[in-house]
Amino acid sequence: MSDHLYVGKSIPRTIEIDKVTGRAVYIDDFKRPGMLYGKILYSDYAHARIKSINIAKAEKLPGVRAVLTGRDVPDVRVGFLKDQSVLKKDVVRQFRDEVAAVAAISPDIAREAIDLIEVEYEELPAVFDPVEAMKEGAPLVHETDARGKPLRTNILPLPWRFQAGDIEQGRRESAFTVIDHVSTTWVNQCCMGPSGCIAEFDMNSNLTLYNQTNVIFGDKGRISEYFSQIGLKGKKIRIINPIVGGSFGTKLDTDIYEFICIQLALKTRRPVKILFDREEEFRALPPRQPARFTVEQGCDREGRLTFRKIEAILDNGAYTSWGATTPSVMMMPVSSLYRVPNIYYQATCVYTNNIYCQAMRGYGNPQASFAVETSMDTLAEKAGIDPAEFRMINRNQSGDLTPMRLKITSCGLEECITSVKEKIGWNDKKGKRNGRGVGIASLIHVAGGARVTLSDGHGIMVKVDEDGFVDVLESGTDQGQGSPTVISQIVAESLGVRPEDVSVIFGDTALCLWDAGTHASRHTFMAGNAAIMACEKAKKQILEMAAEYMPRMIKSDFKKMMKKDPEFVEPELDYSLISDPANLDIRDRKIFLKSDPSHPHFNMDINKVLRRGLHVGTGESRVIAAEAFYDPPTETLDRELKGNLSMTYAFGTTGVEVEVDRDTGEVKILQLVAAHDVGKAMNPTLLLGQVYGAVYTGVGYGLTEEMKLEKGKVMNPNFLDYKLLTAMDVIPIKPVIVEPGDEAGPYGAKGVGEPGLVPTAPAIANAIYDAIGVRIKDLPITPEKVLEAIKNSK
Amino acid sequence: MKISFILNGTETCIDVAPDKRVIDVLREDLCLTGTKEACGSGECGACTVIADGETRLSCLMLAAQLEGRNLVTIEGLGSEKSLHPVQEAFMEHGAVQCGFCTPGMVLSAVALLKKNPGPSREEIRKGISGNLCRCTGYQKIVDAISEAAVKMGRPDK
Repeated sequence: MSDHLYVGKSIPRTIEIDKVTGRAVYIDDFKRPGMLYGKILYSDYAHARIKSINIAKAEKLPGVRAVLTGRDVPDVRVGFLKDQSVLKKDVVRQFRDEVAAVAAISPDIAREAIDLIEVEYEELPAVFDPVEAMKEGAPLVHETDARGKPLRTNILPLPWRFQAGDIEQGRRESAFTVIDHVSTTWVNQCCMGPSGCIAEFDMNSNLTLYNQTNVIFGDKGRISEYFSQIGLKGKKIRIINPIVGGSFGTKLDTDIYEFICIQLALKTRRPVKILFDREEEFRALPPRQPARFTVEQGCDREGRLTFRKIEAILDNGAYTSWGATTPSVMMMPVSSLYRVPNIYYQATCVYTNNIYCQAMRGYGNPQASFAVETSMDTLAEKAGIDPAEFRMINRNQSGDLTPMRLKITSCGLEECITSVKEKIGWNDKKGKRNGRGVGIASLIHVAGGARVTLSDGHGIMVKVDEDGFVDVLESGTDQGQGSPTVISQIVAESLGVRPEDVSVIFGDTALCLWDAGTHASRHTFMAGNAAIMACEKAKKQILEMAAEYMPRMIKSDFKKMMKKDPEFVEPELDYSLISDPANLDIRDRKIFLKSDPSHPHFNMDINKVLRRGLHVGTGESRVIAAEAFYDPPTETLDRELKGNLSMTYAFGTTGVEVEVDRDTGEVKILQLVAAHDVGKAMNPTLLLGQVYGAVYTGVGYGLTEEMKLEKGKVMNPNFLDYKLLTAMDVIPIKPVIVEPGDEAGPYGAKGVGEPGLVPTAPAIANAIYDAIGVRIKDLPITPEKVLEAIKNSK
Repeated sequence: MKISFILNGTETCIDVAPDKRVIDVLREDLCLTGTKEACGSGECGACTVIADGETRLSCLMLAAQLEGRNLVTIEGLGSEKSLHPVQEAFMEHGAVQCGFCTPGMVLSAVALLKKNPGPSREEIRKGISGNLCRCTGYQKIVDAISEAAVKMGRPDK
């Protein structure tokens, strides 16, 4: 393994030179000839009936090309449970409800036109607390379901219930049990690049959508379904990804603004761009959803977990996006973080008149891990066992089949816990209660794909030209993770060229093969495996060409030499050796004899062979091109919500040392050790970038970040009032990379995009407890909450 | 209104409304889209430019304020042949992820190093504290700027 030339090396991101020179083209910078600018009018109420909309003044404003309301577009329902329409016609159910839209020749005119639209509302009773919303008699957010059937409850018809073993049996076997109530709030993904898209129809009504989605084929599928309902069935759709200024979950679902943009383009027959401003990013994009957990756990006298029972209530907001499916990912830590034989889990998603939610880095895992790891600490204390030791006793191990039927292949959790303990100085620092404390938390996450759709595959095409340059067409999204570099490393390694020879073309449904999306920490794993497969095929073609041409090229070189130098004696060589492609290989642009890599004659530059063998005349010319599709043998969840949905799983442990100021309630992170089982680090520098970035987002989740909603309205829609960490928030991170190598991973790699975030907040909360003996079970842990908790503990 | 200033080393004269935001002048009138808008209210630093050696937020600056100034945007830094050492270091150290904050971040770093050629890590953090980044956790950005300071031939503290 160690003789890799490029895999495992910190190859710099020179491929992304455009980003440091300001030449990278994001959706903001993208223009089409004749393009118009779209703008959306949102609701003024959390819940109201629309009595009238007057668009006359807006329509008359010079430069306005279209004004649309719910009455001007087909009443088609979209979304995960088909519970909303594109423009709301009769009722608004949240402040972000889209009521009207404008297309104009400039963004300023579009904005002015929006201000001229007059909407008359009749306010309706609203509900903002999911527990209140579950009660009988609570105002109904939706009076009917997608089919028009009357609804009697705000509880979503999503039966997230999971059972394994026997909870009662587990209770009987317990020497110690604990119950905790844990909660988390809304946080915004805060991509630095704002959301947006450009929709453009040709005269045949075929659509090209320049869009930042990180699931290009999913987006295409949803728009295709929409087309079939608005009279555009059979029209073609092409999605093209520009460079994406951050995703973190926001680009997973097809957002309403995309449908609106399509409608504006259809109406005006001009390309239309919608680009969000920061306030819209906060007010009109679905954030990470809040959840409340009741966690009950037990263990025996030896500290072995006996059962885990978790009930969760999720504030879904007014409509469903992928947020409503996060309970499926919560199930992973609930059922499979540490060994627990008996599990009961139920998650209830509830409609409210708050902003609706969707995915964010880690999906539901950070919420659920906060619950599980809080409970692990309280149970360890009750059992009188050191919290780190308690986790070690219950650690997952290679070969485990978890209650959810996840097959744990490689598992570096033991090493992660051990190294965190050592690096943070656990034994010397824990339990002092002197204002300084240490805390620990672990994670499990999918790291080898996630079969949430029928195909969890990834397709790649590789072509090699006569200069030995390689074009890779792949349907992933470059949202900042470094894939152009990592994929070029993998292709260079497996094909035998150099990373600088490789160009990676991303995200175009017309050019690329199917991919389930750049999400779930799956891209390097899936695209990497597909790339290796495609490169093997392309390499075979090149070697066949080499076996055919190398002998005659070498002989002809000898002849030339003899002509030049009559003294030259042609060496006697066994050409049959290089006439068999199986005897040849390629490395670092050289084709060579496997049995004798330093053979003085049997090696040749790859481009020399390609130039000779590609273009040869009538009927014999050829191309080097190969495609591969990797769809792993994983399972979708069955009716009991069990199944091995990923080829492998990531594990990791975070240890945190904090100092808590008892007078101000401020928490300072003195050190943070993040140990991650990554299988194999493909590019250590880029991998650490993922870890550092995720840890920072995790610290924000733990300590500062919070979307404040007052009666459904986001009150802090800007970076002044929403506390994103800055460079001044120094988090001394010590990363530990554990590389057990995974059999299924490309060169042994597992996914690593999300894991760093997951255990960060609970590790901080546990460290705060260790420091001051006060446990805060509600994120974020602000100074106010710390002071309040200290006051209450006295 | 006619406004004359030096843009990336070239004398420039434009005719724009005096109250037009500089970011719009750059992006729309001059097609220099390297300057990014991520908040539009001076909270994130993505639109940072350097005016007379000082970092300024182009979303809070009006065209009239350009008169007579020496303005540097990301496009004015380095060239195809040789990048600025800060740009080099950003690529080397993986200080770039999605890249949207990068132009502003790079310019803040360049302005910092001009004033303080050998900054401590803390001084670097202070120097870029007005530039938000969601992707990197700042660590590798600080590494890159430290390294650039060294490469620019000045002592590192």
